[in-house]
Amino acid sequence: MDKNLLLTSVEMAQFASTGFLRFDNLVPRELCEAAHEEMSTGKLRRRAPMGSPFSEPWPDEAIGKVFRLPKVAAIIHSLVGPNPRYDHHAAHLTPANTRKGANLHQDAEYDIRDLHFDIQISFFPEDTPLESGGTLFVPGTQFRRVHEAEIKRYQNIIGQVQAVCEAGTMFFWHTNIWHSARSNFTDRDRYMFKLRLNPTVRQQRLWNTDDLDSPEVKQALNQKIPWHGQRHRIELMNRIKFWRFLTGDPTFDLALWWGRVENTPDIIVQGG
Amino acid sequence: MPETQLKQKLLFLYLGNSSLESEVVGWSYYDGTTDEMFEAAGEDAEPPYNSVLDAMRDGWRVIQVPFIKAPQVGREYENDYLDFEFVLEKMEAING
Repeated sequence: MDKNLLLTSVEMAQFASTGFLRFDNLVPRELCEAAHEEMSTGKLRRRAPMGSPFSEPWPDEAIGKVFRLPKVAAIIHSLVGPNPRYDHHAAHLTPANTRKGANLHQDAEYDIRDLHFDIQISFFPEDTPLESGGTLFVPGTQFRRVHEAEIKRYQNIIGQVQAVCEAGTMFFWHTNIWHSARSNFTDRDRYMFKLRLNPTVRQQRLWNTDDLDSPEVKQALNQKIPWHGQRHRIELMNRIKFWRFLTGDPTFDLALWWGRVENTPDIIVQGG
Repeated sequence: MPETQLKQKLLFLYLGNSSLESEVVGWSYYDGTTDEMFEAAGEDAEPPYNSVLDAMRDGWRVIQVPFIKAPQVGREYENDYLDFEFVLEKMEAING
């Protein structure tokens, strides 16, 4: 694995804070067209066995070549490590002129793991303008425990990000992030290829850590997400806990958030 | 002569704090006077009001305010749904 292709610590800190990373034009247009052809002709309908090694599916298909691109493989490695497990995939189709309504959700309320996480990758094989309704993500929702689609009442949250992108763009996201498919107001069918992967190793320092001590890392971890409002401090503490897990550094802190809570001295001063 | 009916519009405003003057961080709109469907408006969307108080000044009537509650013991660091959900209504007279 070429170290220079792995995520940087700043990018990982951004992932820890917002729950997703976006990479534009990762996949060459020709390969996008070939993968799109596989989606639209139903060639990718069949799923690989759940839990099988991710190295197995699509040995000859264009979609396999997409995920074996060196940069794509390096990002996957940075988040879930070597030899991840295939969970499932879907070539999500939103037909032309389809209204989706409000459908914000979190995928897996039953996944109550505290720190370990799966990733999902959203690959857009065609140019996806606003009106075609690319996936909408709500940054900073990955530590919120809600019951799948019970958040459907929420139509808009400040800071929401919609995938408006060129062909070949990928979003890599923590599976707990809130998201929704959007309405397709165009006369053209829209595909988004979704892939879920599970780690098979401890998710610790799997990225390029050369810049771990850069001040930009703390900046990214400290960022305020507007919709958090009064809950910002608790979100920050969860983020710090997650960063401790990712770096294997149980003493990491931003200022003294956990430092205060963990400060319960037992030293008895004689004659006090 | 068409019968006049009162129909309800509901506006959900999610605030960053319990104060009705605090900033709107999310919103939803359900309009019983029309068949139009409301959904996420995209990433550049602006909330219809800056606060619940602003909406009240525009004629919206608050019909529910959120409880303020301490977290359960042992769940102090857990967040889940949006915390400060205010429900507002307007009634509109519709012919037919």
